[in-house]
Amino acid sequence: MKLTKIMLGFGFAFLYFPLVILVIYSFNESRLVTVWSEFSVKWYFELFKDEQLINGFLLSLRIASLTACASVVFGTMASYILVKFGRFPGQTIFSGLTVAPLVMPDVITGLSLLLLFVGLNELIGWPSARGATTIWIAHVTFCIAFVTVVVSSRLREMDGSLEEAAMDLGAGPVKVFFYITLPIIMPAIMSGWLLAFTLSLDDLVIASFVSGPGASTLPMVIYSSVRLGVSPKINALATIFVVCILISSTASWWLANRFSPASGGTGKTT
Amino acid sequence: MSVEILNVSKSFGDTHAVQDVSLTIEQGEIFALLGGSGCGKTTLLRMLAGFESPDSGDVRINGESILALPPFHRHVNMMFQSYALFPHMTVEKNIAFGPAQDGLSKQEIAERVDEVLELVQMERYRKRKPAQLSGGQQQRIALARSLAKKPSLLLLDEPMAALDKKLRMRMQLELVSIVEQVGVTCIIVTHDQEEAMTMSNRIAIMDAGRIRQVGTPQEIYEYPNSRMTAEFVGSINLLPATVTACAESTTLQLKDAASTVVCRDTRAREGEAYLVAIRPEKVALSTEDEAAGPNCLRGVIDDIAYLGSHSVVHVRLENGKIMQAHMSNVSRDARTQIDFEQPVTLSWEPESVLLISEDD
Amino acid sequence: MSFLRRRIWVILPPYLWLLIFFALPFAFILKISLAETAVAMPPYGDIWSWTSGKFEWLGSLDNFRFLLDDEIYVLSYLNSLKLAAISTLIALLIGYPMALAIARMPESIRSFMLLLVILPSWTSFLIRIYAWIGLLKNNGLINHLLMSIGVIDEPIVMLHTNFAIYVGIVYGYLPFMILPIYANLVKLDLRLIEAAQDLGARPARVFFSITLPLSLSGIFAGCFLVFIPSVGEFIIPDLLGGPDTLMIGKTLWQEFFTNRDWPVASAIAVVMLAILMVPIYIYRRIELKRLGIEG
Repeated sequence: MKLTKIMLGFGFAFLYFPLVILVIYSFNESRLVTVWSEFSVKWYFELFKDEQLINGFLLSLRIASLTACASVVFGTMASYILVKFGRFPGQTIFSGLTVAPLVMPDVITGLSLLLLFVGLNELIGWPSARGATTIWIAHVTFCIAFVTVVVSSRLREMDGSLEEAAMDLGAGPVKVFFYITLPIIMPAIMSGWLLAFTLSLDDLVIASFVSGPGASTLPMVIYSSVRLGVSPKINALATIFVVCILISSTASWWLANRFSPASGGTGKTT
Repeated sequence: MSVEILNVSKSFGDTHAVQDVSLTIEQGEIFALLGGSGCGKTTLLRMLAGFESPDSGDVRINGESILALPPFHRHVNMMFQSYALFPHMTVEKNIAFGPAQDGLSKQEIAERVDEVLELVQMERYRKRKPAQLSGGQQQRIALARSLAKKPSLLLLDEPMAALDKKLRMRMQLELVSIVEQVGVTCIIVTHDQEEAMTMSNRIAIMDAGRIRQVGTPQEIYEYPNSRMTAEFVGSINLLPATVTACAESTTLQLKDAASTVVCRDTRAREGEAYLVAIRPEKVALSTEDEAAGPNCLRGVIDDIAYLGSHSVVHVRLENGKIMQAHMSNVSRDARTQIDFEQPVTLSWEPESVLLISEDD
Repeated sequence: MSFLRRRIWVILPPYLWLLIFFALPFAFILKISLAETAVAMPPYGDIWSWTSGKFEWLGSLDNFRFLLDDEIYVLSYLNSLKLAAISTLIALLIGYPMALAIARMPESIRSFMLLLVILPSWTSFLIRIYAWIGLLKNNGLINHLLMSIGVIDEPIVMLHTNFAIYVGIVYGYLPFMILPIYANLVKLDLRLIEAAQDLGARPARVFFSITLPLSLSGIFAGCFLVFIPSVGEFIIPDLLGGPDTLMIGKTLWQEFFTNRDWPVASAIAVVMLAILMVPIYIYRRIELKRLGIEG
């Protein structure tokens, strides 16, 4: 027991040490990331002057929110099919399609989607140009799998008699889904949305393949800057990331803990 | 509003969950389906609610078949074993859910909610979420919710399963009084014989997908029609015997024992083999060495289970078989008057004996 | 049944989307891998032609033969598998005790601990890997520290080595190892462990005969979740590896973006898929079983 606790401490140190260093050195005056000279916030100003970064960020934000919305819809449908529908023709293929993207290396997903887009363009003239739309399609495709994992596990835990009770009380299948199932699995759908959002915001490899000229997402901009060497501007950006995520995750954790007894119960509490 | 179940069968793969079941339940009756787990009682209930459809047979309410109707169009409501209260809705919203599906006006819905909340005496809790209620309170809300649509048939699936034993007894009586007040026809599924006997007017015993016996609690207990029902409800002594004489009463010779049994059952014919069935509370236990005669057996005390109000005494007969007798603890020192290995005489009235066919 | 007919409308949208955008692309990748490189846009030739009613097959396995001829590709595959396997093992050795420690904590702290595990992966993967450049460089923070306390005189070369790759993969994928194992351990009935102890088993014995066997499906899920994507990892070898660090994801990327040789890149991807097919298939079974869906 003691050993595992020590490992846990070590593991957390390993996970957080690089981030802490990253944050500290974002306030370093010097361009050298490893030598501390004096406190400064100048890299933050530099960051906001960088139009490429800002544009990349805005594009990524747009793609990520649209991706999250679409993959939540498809992912919830897929979960419902997998958990509730039982066997149907093509079910094995379907379940494979919803799980495989979880582990498929990005380079394969990216390249194959690009070739699809190029091939389709030759065959049916769509998509004539690659950019935000093709990135969105690619992101939705792999995010569906992640949303499905999150939502289907919640759906499976849900007491099935709740849906039967609603049906027994006169609600048809569609009503049952929207009035009973959906509200009960809503927390999972929300975390699925957040997961898809961050995955999309995070993706470099797939976006690089399926993007076209002029559409550079934030990771693509960061990547080209990082390739040129270490830059404190990236540290500043990372710090902003970390702060945003700290705030939002603490908030959502607090919310989840506050409301979970009422929204997560199965009615079996005695 | 009678409910007719006609030759209903249902299989899942190779298992015949329900086999050729026919029952008629009268208007206003509280009817219990009693059986062990996997006997098909829950499947039968789910077919009435519409969650399963039978392979063959018909289910009629007031003469009309309801099989073609999906669950949400049946005038049948169910109280689920887990209660299935919607965790994200208040008590009020839970109860209003059913009437709202019927397209009633807001006012009518509110009236229904008030009505059933008053019925179960839970008006004070209308704004609570299910998680904020105790088990007994949840049960009342679940009952209120299933009554709010004024169903022609109410189904209760193991209604007491989620309650602890003390609360169970109280809620059984309370539930019955509410159901009787409303006058709704009601089917209870349970594995608990005490529950079935306390709550229902009639009981059907189910085993392996079939109905074994239907009757009032008293009929089921006093006149079991088979070894299965006799052993399932309460405890019973079964002694193999052969008919030796039939006249106004029937005389039987016990197997592996010198004694004979006399009973009032006159269906038997000479030479037939039966099981002589006697409930333990109808067996008198005496420490005096009484004269041997019919309906009388000797033995020694093998075990005594003191249960407070009475003791269950296991007597080892001369042939080595064990027979149970109940001894009412009318005096405080009743228990100390008997002891292990003490010779005793067991006896019973001819009226207490029931004959059950061997083979079933 | 109208019920079934209505179900079609729920099944079709996600099914079609995944078929078109996840399954169909593999047909295209296979097709291009058989084509010849061409100086055109897109830079590949046809694999068949249909001129004046005559069908002609133009595809060839040349690209695959090419992969075999130049040892750089074979080495890339082997090296990727090796690096991914070792990293997975390290991640398991670190992740399992962490998952176990969290699973044994009081319920109120658990969700917070899990949050701590997941939190870093919500910041950009790219930035997290980038952070290690500053730490591992010759004049980076770790070397600085070690030299200032006098442990070493000369900086240790860490960046652009396999060591950096291990650090990168373990760092980037550790949460994916911890989460499935935790999910498994937290469901493990503590009474089983008490029963084993009650029957006289010492802690080590309890671990190896109760805890470990009952968490195997979590371990497998975690290992595949780390191993499969890291075989094809690009960012980590590109940023932390050296010019001679061969990993297949990076080789594919260079073939595509630097050499603009789409057919060879496709052939690399096809072979990679073929290699990963078995682990992906096993993973799919484990994952569906874990989710309680029969597949």
